[in-house]
Amino acid sequence: MVEKTPILDTLTYIFLITGIIIVGFPVIYAIIAATLPIEDVSRVPMPLIPGDQFWVNIKRAWVEGNLGTNLLNSFIMASGITIGKISVSLLGAFSIVYFDYRFRTLVFVSVFCTLMLPVEVRILPTYEMAANLMGPFQKLWTVLNLDGVVTWIAGHDIVVTLEWSILDSYTGLILPLVASATCTFLFRQFFLTIPEELCEAAKMDGASAMTFFKKILLPLSKTNIAALVVIEFVYGWNQYLWPLLITTNPKMMTAVIGLQHLIPAADDLPYWNVALAGSLLVMLPPILVVLFMQRWFVKGLVDPDK
Amino acid sequence: MWGKRCFVNNETMIKRSLFSSRTLPYLLILPQIVVTLAFFYWPAAQGLMQSVMRSDPFGQHSTFIWFSNFTALFTDPLYLKSIGITLFFSMSVATVSISLGLFIATMANRALKAKAVVRTMLIWPYAVAPAISGILWLFLLHPSYGVIALGIKRWFGVDWNPVLRGSDAMFMIIMASAWKQISYNFVFFIAGLQAIPKSLIEAAAIDGASPFRRFWTITVPLLSPTLFFVTVMNIIYSFFETFGVVHMMTQGGPGGATNILVYKVYQDGFIGLNMGGSAAQSIVLMTLIVAVTLFQFKYVEKKVQYAG
Repeated sequence: MVEKTPILDTLTYIFLITGIIIVGFPVIYAIIAATLPIEDVSRVPMPLIPGDQFWVNIKRAWVEGNLGTNLLNSFIMASGITIGKISVSLLGAFSIVYFDYRFRTLVFVSVFCTLMLPVEVRILPTYEMAANLMGPFQKLWTVLNLDGVVTWIAGHDIVVTLEWSILDSYTGLILPLVASATCTFLFRQFFLTIPEELCEAAKMDGASAMTFFKKILLPLSKTNIAALVVIEFVYGWNQYLWPLLITTNPKMMTAVIGLQHLIPAADDLPYWNVALAGSLLVMLPPILVVLFMQRWFVKGLVDPDK
Repeated sequence: MWGKRCFVNNETMIKRSLFSSRTLPYLLILPQIVVTLAFFYWPAAQGLMQSVMRSDPFGQHSTFIWFSNFTALFTDPLYLKSIGITLFFSMSVATVSISLGLFIATMANRALKAKAVVRTMLIWPYAVAPAISGILWLFLLHPSYGVIALGIKRWFGVDWNPVLRGSDAMFMIIMASAWKQISYNFVFFIAGLQAIPKSLIEAAAIDGASPFRRFWTITVPLLSPTLFFVTVMNIIYSFFETFGVVHMMTQGGPGGATNILVYKVYQDGFIGLNMGGSAAQSIVLMTLIVAVTLFQFKYVEKKVQYAG
């Protein structure tokens, strides 16, 4: 603060505390609700003194929301997306920045075009792709009328169907979401700021491209990788539309989607305490990741090229 | 989310000191190319094809019908209504979450001693899934059990019922979507505020400018690039990522009052099995987002001044 303004300073802190309470209110209220028995939670207004039913509600949410399986699925999906995205884009950015080859610009531009296209805008065709990864080859097969060729060679009717579905599988949950240009661009920006001398020195010492990547580039990218781990883990954990579409098997359901079954319907008993206990449990892992890795996360979110 | 400064280094698109190899660069970029082709370009091409075709729900037969799907789309009162709803929704979400985020960030920036603590206490809603935010607010605004709903009924004398009244349902999804986004905006604003040189503020203070005047004449103009970037990101967020909020809270109802565009694509395509119509809607959304992205790059890169 530049000058002494005691009134304004007091106001600042009052507003700040009010702001924090407003932002925290939905969760604080949910925590209280999750500790109450159903008689209390359905009273209007609900008592604001926490009850002692927290573990009972959590247990019930765990069983009814099938949280054991769902949380594991969410964890596998979020980790898979995080690891997949970061490895694919580290290698891609290395290729774009440190090599000069004929199709470099084409590759760069075609990847750039996908920068901000979220899965939400292309759900149907992507779903069809996931339902049959061999779709493009099947189309090609049909166009070239290869069935006819095979039939002619074999001497009797043969219909070839190419099919490889990744619906209801971890591959299906992870792979389509790994396709993202954002991380590649982040690493590209970062690699461009690394001094030329490092690469020259490494080459002079006889290091190969991959040695340079492993021994110099990776250690230098540690902070950026840490930031992206947080951002992508939260992104993967919180996915909604894609897992909703491609999983029909309850064993493959993710935790966020599973919560839907805990919300009391209009004519049910209002088990909001259970629904909120489940919600708290599901939102906890990404919150912990953000809080524990806050420093890197903020740096990565706000300062992508440093 | 990022990409803010992608083209800053246009002149140094590549290193001067390079490695040379015939096959290695292709091998390194291969995974990226494969996933991009399989899950971006092929689906986009398929979507484009479907949008000019009419096919039966089983995908057996399709006929080429030019732009009929698009004409049908833009003459469909339900779709036009959905556009209006989406615009209103995203403007409201952006306004609420940006103004609160900016206000809290300004306050936090003044509180020199507690900055780290304050940031920790405000940053975590970023990690809450939009769908879970939907559950929390569904409870707070529940017509029979919600405490905020009770307040609204008592103090404003409104017969609050988001299950039956569209405007109430709209208010509900705006609150749930904006709440989660406050912390995202806060993080960007506090970084932007910290980048403003202290000397400027001090100089203005010496010249006798009051804290409020300094805010409007120095802070806000210097914050404009951040403000612009955050606005674009908020609009993209409210267009697409709020699917979970709508699905958890209202399923587009009552009577289509919260049927935002991204929810309508899902409903028409997966519930209604109208492939052509849904594909046409996807194409419209894709065009929209590409336009916003290009606009942002052009504008943010060239017209807005960076401070510090």
